[in-house]
Amino acid sequence: MLKSRFSGLLFQIIALALSFGVVSLILISIDASPTEAFRNMFKGSFGEMRKFAEVLVAFVPLLLVTAGLLVTFSAGLWNIGVEGQVVLGAIATTWVYRYFLESDLPPALIITLAILGGMIGGAIWAAFTGILKVFGGVNEIFGGLGLNFVATALTIYLIFGPWKRPGVASMSGTVPFPDEFSLPLLANLRISPWALGIALIAIIIVFFLLQGTYFGLKLKAVGKNFRAAYLLGIPTWQYAMYSFLICGALAGLAGAMQVAAVYHRLIPSISSGYGYLGLMVAMLINYQAIWAIPVALFFAALNIGSIQLPIVMKLDSSLSGVLQGVLVLFALLVEGARQKFIKKGQNT
Amino acid sequence: MTQETILIGLAGILAASAPIVFAVLGETLSERAGVINLSMNGTILLSAMGGFAVAYTTNNIVLGFLAGMLIGALVALIVAFASITLNQSQVAVGFVLALTCRDLSYFLGNPYMGVPGPRLQAMPIPFLSDIPILGTLFFRQDAITYISFMAIILTWVWVYRTRPGLMLQGIGEKPAAAYIRGANVNLMRYVYTIIGGALIGLAGPAFSLASRAGWMGTISGLDGFGWIALSITIFGGWNPARAAFGAYLFGFLQWLGLVLQPVLTQVPSQVLQVAPFPLMILTLLLVNIGNAEWVDRTLAAMPESTRKFFAKLLRAMRASPPAALGVPFERD
Repeated sequence: MLKSRFSGLLFQIIALALSFGVVSLILISIDASPTEAFRNMFKGSFGEMRKFAEVLVAFVPLLLVTAGLLVTFSAGLWNIGVEGQVVLGAIATTWVYRYFLESDLPPALIITLAILGGMIGGAIWAAFTGILKVFGGVNEIFGGLGLNFVATALTIYLIFGPWKRPGVASMSGTVPFPDEFSLPLLANLRISPWALGIALIAIIIVFFLLQGTYFGLKLKAVGKNFRAAYLLGIPTWQYAMYSFLICGALAGLAGAMQVAAVYHRLIPSISSGYGYLGLMVAMLINYQAIWAIPVALFFAALNIGSIQLPIVMKLDSSLSGVLQGVLVLFALLVEGARQKFIKKGQNT
Repeated sequence: MTQETILIGLAGILAASAPIVFAVLGETLSERAGVINLSMNGTILLSAMGGFAVAYTTNNIVLGFLAGMLIGALVALIVAFASITLNQSQVAVGFVLALTCRDLSYFLGNPYMGVPGPRLQAMPIPFLSDIPILGTLFFRQDAITYISFMAIILTWVWVYRTRPGLMLQGIGEKPAAAYIRGANVNLMRYVYTIIGGALIGLAGPAFSLASRAGWMGTISGLDGFGWIALSITIFGGWNPARAAFGAYLFGFLQWLGLVLQPVLTQVPSQVLQVAPFPLMILTLLLVNIGNAEWVDRTLAAMPESTRKFFAKLLRAMRASPPAALGVPFERD
């Protein structure tokens, strides 16, 4: 046991070194300095308080999405539709805000309702994928992907159609909501401690749900062996639907945070790809909830740090995506190599 | 509309669909052998960028297409190595590659954004192009479109009419039986995944050097085609001819969206662009619903005549994947 844990750590370090090595080679191949690029990314994310606050702004939706995905992954489901579930959360939140725009209700109540609306919106969108999977036999990957594109189209339709700004509609989104509709932010920073708290509570709940409850145990049984779980009397399709609903609600919560605490309106790219990035985080942590916080924070830092690159070094900011992808890829490859290595050791 | 404009429109659909045809043929071969290459969306973008960059730098359009195939083959090699040799999830590796290759294409393609580059010209075939109707439709295309026609025929003949093709079907359906008959299952899976990857890699330059010439980074409008091609592969029921038909059908729908745009001014253009996606879900539903258990039960409860009709309809639409798709093969 100790030996396998040690070898696990050793292999993870190898994966990390290989990833940075490959990305350095890519940078050298286009005559850019890797050390300068990495230093700029670090400075751009942890260099000053204002920038670190931006990292936390990205960390909140990423952590929420990852928390949700841990639930669907436990049930053995590839909820690629999580991206669209974030979008629908944002749309539903915007809808609730618009509904209460002229009302006399206390703002705190409206914010709460809007966030709950976002969770319901995300859950409904996830339910579509679930129903297609359970009753239509459509693989959740394809159903989810299709619904992602539909969600994006719906956003654009709303922004340019029924919810367009008075006068001319534009890609900058709907009319911003009044200040009292925003979750309270820290002074002079864009981060809301409320949003951060909600995200942290969500991952803790998911951790205990999966580790310490009978529900989590059954969910994992469904994920490990669908047929065996069914024969043992677990209503497998219900558990598949539950996991979609929970993940959708958490993704919707991420979308709600984007509207209520970050953009204060609906914009075309409201999800910013956090759904897909959450899938990467979940894979990199090998579906272990305990590692979600540090890795999501690291990925958020890469995203924010790379914003500096076009300005300082004339490099495209997609470098962060390349680095994140290469990290996950090597984590998978090295894990495969480790298992093969252990197997070989046992055979001889 | 005169007959000539309709014919030119249809010929345009055949040309514009060539990239998707290559992609679905490649994916069909790969999946036939039992390996899902989910990286397709990223592979197409990276090979589109790489093919364009190579053709632009060397001023040789053929080298550009070859570069695209090489990129596709290399990405497929990673998928094959991770899944066959290292026993990792094909879906996980493919998905990571889909995102990574996409970002890599944007990162490395930055210097080539918007530069005017080479573009494949139409190459009417003497005599054949003069045939009424068929000439305009098939024989006034560019070289890559001709190759796409040939690729459909070759792939179909290979899968259904040759001995190695028969073996390929066995590898995807019953790998253990194919192994007993002397097939090196894992080697064959490598080979077909890489060949399939090279075909997918041809899709990129078929965009960036022909039907949508140039590289525009994130606004190239190529992001998403790979995912559509994946679902067309399923729609095609792993039959190269039916998959190619799906690609043309998709091309037709896109063209229809373009033609209808001036008529439907109320609908923003971005909405019409995604119209294929709900259709994709619908077709997947139609193709798969026959596999759902509750459908069987409902059918059993129907009166004899209607039951027969619906059962026939479902069977015609239904497509079942190769039995060993995504399942690793280990001889013991």
